[in-house]
Amino acid sequence: MKKTLPILFFSALLLLFVFSPVFAQSAGPTPSDDEVNAVAKQLFCPVCENTPLDVCPTQACAQWRDLIRLKLTEGWTEDQIKQYFVDQYGARVLSAPPLEGFSWFIYIIPPIFLAAGVYIVFRAFRAMRKPVNAAVQETPVQTPSDDYLRRVEEELKQRK
Amino acid sequence: MLADFGYGVLVVTFLVSLFAILAAILGQAKKSQKWVESSRLAMLLTFPLTTLISLTLIYLLVTNDYNIAFVYEVTSRAMPTYLKVTALWGGQAGSLLFWSWLLSAFMTAVTLRKWDRDREFLPWVVLVASVTLAFFLALNVFYENPFTRFWQTFSGVQPATFRPAGAMPFTPADGNGLNPLLRHPGMIIHPPMLYLGFVSFVIPFAFAIAALVTGRTDDRWIRITRRWTLWAWLFLSLGLVLGGRWAYDVLGWGGYWGWDPVEIAAFMPWLAGTAFLHSVMMQEKRGLLKHWNMILIILTYALVIFGTFLTRSGVLSSVHSFAQSAIGPAFFIFIGVTFVVSIALLLWRWPSLKSESQMTSMLSREALFLLNNLLFMGILVICFWGVIFPLISELVTGAKVTVGPPFYERATGPLFAALVFLMGVAPLSAWGHSTLKTLGKAIFKPLLAAFLVMVAVVIYFFVNPRLVNEYLPYALIGLFVTISTGFVTLYEFWRASQARARAQNENVFLALWWLAGRNRRRYGGYTIHLGVVLMAMGIIGIEMFQTETQGTIAKDETMSLAGYTMTFKELQDFDLNDASGQPMQNVARAVVEVYKDGKMLGELYPRRDYFYDAQQPMTIPGVRSTLQDDFYVLLVDWQPISSVGATFKIYHNPLVNWLWFGSFIFILGTFIAAWPDQDPELAPVRARKNSPAAYLTGD
Amino acid sequence: MTEMTQDSPKRGVPLWAQILVWLGLLVLLGIVALGLNRAQQGTVQPGEIIPDFKLTLFDGYTYQEKTEISFSELRGKVVVINFWASWCKPCEQEAAGLEAVWREYQPGGEVVFIGIDYVDTEPEARGYLTKFDITFPNGPDLATKISQFFRIKGVPETYFIDRNGVLQYIQVGPFTSETQIRQQVDALLNQQ
Repeated sequence: MKKTLPILFFSALLLLFVFSPVFAQSAGPTPSDDEVNAVAKQLFCPVCENTPLDVCPTQACAQWRDLIRLKLTEGWTEDQIKQYFVDQYGARVLSAPPLEGFSWFIYIIPPIFLAAGVYIVFRAFRAMRKPVNAAVQETPVQTPSDDYLRRVEEELKQRK
Repeated sequence: MLADFGYGVLVVTFLVSLFAILAAILGQAKKSQKWVESSRLAMLLTFPLTTLISLTLIYLLVTNDYNIAFVYEVTSRAMPTYLKVTALWGGQAGSLLFWSWLLSAFMTAVTLRKWDRDREFLPWVVLVASVTLAFFLALNVFYENPFTRFWQTFSGVQPATFRPAGAMPFTPADGNGLNPLLRHPGMIIHPPMLYLGFVSFVIPFAFAIAALVTGRTDDRWIRITRRWTLWAWLFLSLGLVLGGRWAYDVLGWGGYWGWDPVEIAAFMPWLAGTAFLHSVMMQEKRGLLKHWNMILIILTYALVIFGTFLTRSGVLSSVHSFAQSAIGPAFFIFIGVTFVVSIALLLWRWPSLKSESQMTSMLSREALFLLNNLLFMGILVICFWGVIFPLISELVTGAKVTVGPPFYERATGPLFAALVFLMGVAPLSAWGHSTLKTLGKAIFKPLLAAFLVMVAVVIYFFVNPRLVNEYLPYALIGLFVTISTGFVTLYEFWRASQARARAQNENVFLALWWLAGRNRRRYGGYTIHLGVVLMAMGIIGIEMFQTETQGTIAKDETMSLAGYTMTFKELQDFDLNDASGQPMQNVARAVVEVYKDGKMLGELYPRRDYFYDAQQPMTIPGVRSTLQDDFYVLLVDWQPISSVGATFKIYHNPLVNWLWFGSFIFILGTFIAAWPDQDPELAPVRARKNSPAAYLTGD
Repeated sequence: MTEMTQDSPKRGVPLWAQILVWLGLLVLLGIVALGLNRAQQGTVQPGEIIPDFKLTLFDGYTYQEKTEISFSELRGKVVVINFWASWCKPCEQEAAGLEAVWREYQPGGEVVFIGIDYVDTEPEARGYLTKFDITFPNGPDLATKISQFFRIKGVPETYFIDRNGVLQYIQVGPFTSETQIRQQVDALLNQQ
């Protein structure tokens, strides 16, 4: 966007001033957009909720991506960068809650419900298999091979 | 004044719906057919009234009456007329009115049916539907009046329904304009479809409640509402698909579904509704699962209301949310009352909803249907929990969390795969009884075909090793399940038409046509399944094999991705002006040429529009679409003055078109299944030998 | 969810299941009610006492030779808290004005301006501070804790707190003039 110029300017300025000691230690090649996006994909900016950082068009998100590029240039790893963002902005920047503290619940509850569901379905099976009316013999035994054709044909007759 | 007229009619409609409620209750209490008839007529009257209100508002929108606050918010002079009309659902107040309008249309349709055989349902259906309508009208009357006008007072301009003392009407020169993201053709049909889907689920729910209250808990209510449910489901599905398409075309993130809370809020009723559509068949055919069907229809309705609430109350923040609104508490009370009453009724009638027959085999169709329901419920629980968890987390720990796509994808992925698998198996197992042997016999040939296709797929990956990524094993499993399900379903069509062709001495295709015509629901259902298979292939393609790259290139430089090469030719940066010469939007439009294997395929025009009135950008991709893959280019950034270059983001989305093509088949199948019969409610009597006579009286 | 089937023909739902269902509903409605309440609350309101919070300042910024501000230490002073961000265009309109007013009141020692940088990246934030030559203490809103406490709806927002730590006035959106800022500060200074 048109706002990029000042950002580039400031980034360059700051690269020179603020980060020059760090920068000097591990000056790698400038990371490509793809490398930046690979990290950004996994982050969510609080300004535009529920939009991944790599595709978010706002100015704030553009700045975040520039920061990721900066950190990558400094030789930070993906995990270090993610941790940095968590420290700065809280766990909400991660695409899923981390496995710690209260957030355990998000991973525990669905399996519990699913297990309960399996149990209920299992019980339903058993309950339904118990004859409700012992006199009723539901399906007469047929030879399995012609079962299907018989069914279709029977239906055809019914629906004439 | 027209605005006063509109508001007046709105109030009258609200009163009429209240009268319908009262008359229905009186009719029931006094056992008086007169009152019941009166309530029916009142309900009939709501549709012309809401039509009048909506037309009034549309007239105000089209004639640029910016004295009306709503008109000011959602339209501007520069907008074309058709957009001004559709702006009716572009804001909170208007979309609530639109909702009421649709609901009253459905209510009218339902009152016009023949009630002879189920007179006792009538007052309760009227009651439930009218309560819902009255609630939505009340939101318009008391909180979100679409006819609120601007008034000039001493302290400034303020919106108010009635003229404040000493105030003069105030009319701004131009309106605010609709959110640019909503000015897309997809956005014009997407919300009405979703609303139609939401609203039409009210009818089956009303019948279910009527059945509970009257104690007529046989499957009569299900037979009556079967087609309603299918239509509701059709609209909901259409709404979801159109939403996905809109996201793919406009939002510019290379995808169609972002697991956004509001998307999920619309998806949840669909899940419950789909489970319901399947499990009602077990009640119709075998008299099983009566409790469960009641639970499901109540759940579906509850999720419709709950989803609407989440979207509109500001509880969830999302790209879809409406502005902060005062309707939250009212909505909350309505939800509470609905939930409590439905559950109380259900618990009360629980004992009389007992199953009539028994399950015969673990491999029986019923058992598979139960599994199907279990899986749908599993996905629903995951979705619900994912949506509600950030709320709980913030309340408990004070820290916000994001529950994003990775959570949903990992949690629901296996369940979706299992569902596709079941979809393949279920139609094969005969009602009530099947053995491994019958199953094996039916499945052998299609499985063999699927296996051969898979061998071809694996060879394809050997030949094209650059496509291999870490998802490959999952993709192969997914593809195998999908393809075999597809073949099994096709085989099912084939076997049935063969059987009929033999029996009737017809051509196979003619036989297929007749079969589908005779048993629309089954063959419509299979068509839907085929659609899902195709969609699943598209989803596997884009989710597991999507690649992307981003880079800045100068003019005549190239970028490559997945065998495609793209050359940047030109960039145009210009303003579009409205009729009066005012700049409306800035357009940056790039021209790129796409090549594959050295052959030019054509030009694409990715662009970014910036809307001055809404201060919002909109990214429109350039897409080259084939059955094999989509080449999807976004213009991310550019240098306005110099010709330094532009930044592009390219996505390669394999197979994604199958998703849209599959959706089309899916919708077609729903049409086949939902198309009205001569007498839609007269279904063949369930083939049961020992049906108690009471259950037959309704049929 | 409740159970799907019942074993014996005329039995109702067991009591424990009923209790479970109602309890579940109650919890769900409770959560939604609390969430709704939170969503409807808006920002903290004038008249509320602002409890203590800590702000770590950007490098190069200090308050009384310390690099961290505790809000409780500011009792007895008029406090102006400004939420801003470098990506926020309207913030730039008021930045110079805020700084100018701060320089007027700084010598008196009775007023403290605090800038809180909301969801921002450090390099750009520093660029912004340098660009407008901002000297009053500024720090990042780590983990968005402070903004969540104030329940801000956006940036810029400015909170005026009197000597007793009571919130007196909120400015949502940018100031249009320096006078506007001065008026509020003076009103608080003249309170006692």
